[in-house]
Amino acid sequence: MRRRKKFEIPIKYVLFILTLLCLATIIASFLFDGFLRPVKSTVAYVLNPVTKGMNSAGTWFSDKADDITELRKIREENKELKATIAELQNKNAMSVEERNELEQLRELYKLGETYSEYETVGARIISKDAGNWYSTFTIDKGSDAGIEVDMNVIGDGGLVGIVYEVGSNYALVRSIIDDESNVSAQFASTSDKCIVKGSLKLINDGVLQIFNINKSANVSDGDMIVTSNISSKFLPGILIGYVKDISDDANNLTKSAYLTPVVDFAHLDIVLVIKAQKNNGDS
Amino acid sequence: MLRKFVLAVSIILFYTLQCTLFKELALASVSPNLLMILVFAAGFMRGKKEGLYVGFFCGLLLDLCYGKTIGFNALLYMYIGYINGFFNNVFYDDDVTFPIGLLCASDFIYNFVFYVFAFLLRNRLVLSYYFIHIIVPEMIYTVVIMLLIYRLMLKVNRKIEEIEKRSATKFG
Repeated sequence: MRRRKKFEIPIKYVLFILTLLCLATIIASFLFDGFLRPVKSTVAYVLNPVTKGMNSAGTWFSDKADDITELRKIREENKELKATIAELQNKNAMSVEERNELEQLRELYKLGETYSEYETVGARIISKDAGNWYSTFTIDKGSDAGIEVDMNVIGDGGLVGIVYEVGSNYALVRSIIDDESNVSAQFASTSDKCIVKGSLKLINDGVLQIFNINKSANVSDGDMIVTSNISSKFLPGILIGYVKDISDDANNLTKSAYLTPVVDFAHLDIVLVIKAQKNNGDS
Repeated sequence: MLRKFVLAVSIILFYTLQCTLFKELALASVSPNLLMILVFAAGFMRGKKEGLYVGFFCGLLLDLCYGKTIGFNALLYMYIGYINGFFNNVFYDDDVTFPIGLLCASDFIYNFVFYVFAFLLRNRLVLSYYFIHIIVPEMIYTVVIMLLIYRLMLKVNRKIEEIEKRSATKFG
């Protein structure tokens, strides 16, 4: 004879109870900022070492895959490149001149200087959002390394995103290409203000949207976009990217455009977190 | 006990694979939804109860690690696992076409509901774009991965069932 099975709650009741529980947590996470933060931190604390290891395996695989495809490309490229070398040598003389100009411009914008003034922490990206809808990622440093919410993240020579959640050994970063990202920005040359918005629709084209450029702004394609000095969360003067395809809006008051970011988000590996925070005067 | 252990390990394994390795292997910035395969398989192969629990915990893990609203994914995955459980009585080892259809439907419903709540309500109205560029590619990619590991999952499931049966007769 088999023993009688122990009493079990009917599955319909379980479904009902868990549904209520989920609804309660959904409502709670809207109402209370940082709801269940300790649980989240614990989960991340346990999982992060696993993810870290897995991530290096992932990078290894993609590197190998890249190697194979690249080898073929490289062979073809090699031929072309040999032909272009001669051409380039001529251009080289010209580019030296252009580089001098660039240096002058940089000095003008004082971009390089403002960057290096900030104290930064280097961190590695260890995992990305599991779904395909958001562009958020986890880095392997957290409050232990002095990282706080709303700190700016740069890398690859430009703005990457902003920290929106921190645990002891990890931090979650929303990149500027995320559909929910909004950055208050300005044109480096004319200081015309605008809004840079991420868009899932444009991710594959590698561009972001720029809104609210004043109609009278004297701007053109290729202009540099930096974070604005009136932004509440982003430090001023961080390079975001370059403008393209400026067009007039239907309301005839503003212009909108696309922005090519300087950061290559698909191949981003290491980022810098700026430890200085924008002072809002409320601290 | 063994089954619970295997399920827990596979949830964590699938989750970590999904947000690391398969993000590197993303095609056109879309990566497969491995956890959906797991939830679907649990419901389809084992029934409502297991689908419900696996779905709940998979979703909860996603919510805790990346979610902004805790419970949303848990709720969604839970119902998908539960509904997949209704098809448990047409589960046959050698049939592959029906599971493909079921997984497609599961993944589609998940992404569609997600789109409605996370994007449509924020005035992202162009469903056709998201449909063509996110939902359908993810569905196809997920099914391809499912086909690669379906045999293995069947085998693991059968093995565990065997062991469970053996221990049941031993102690019964």
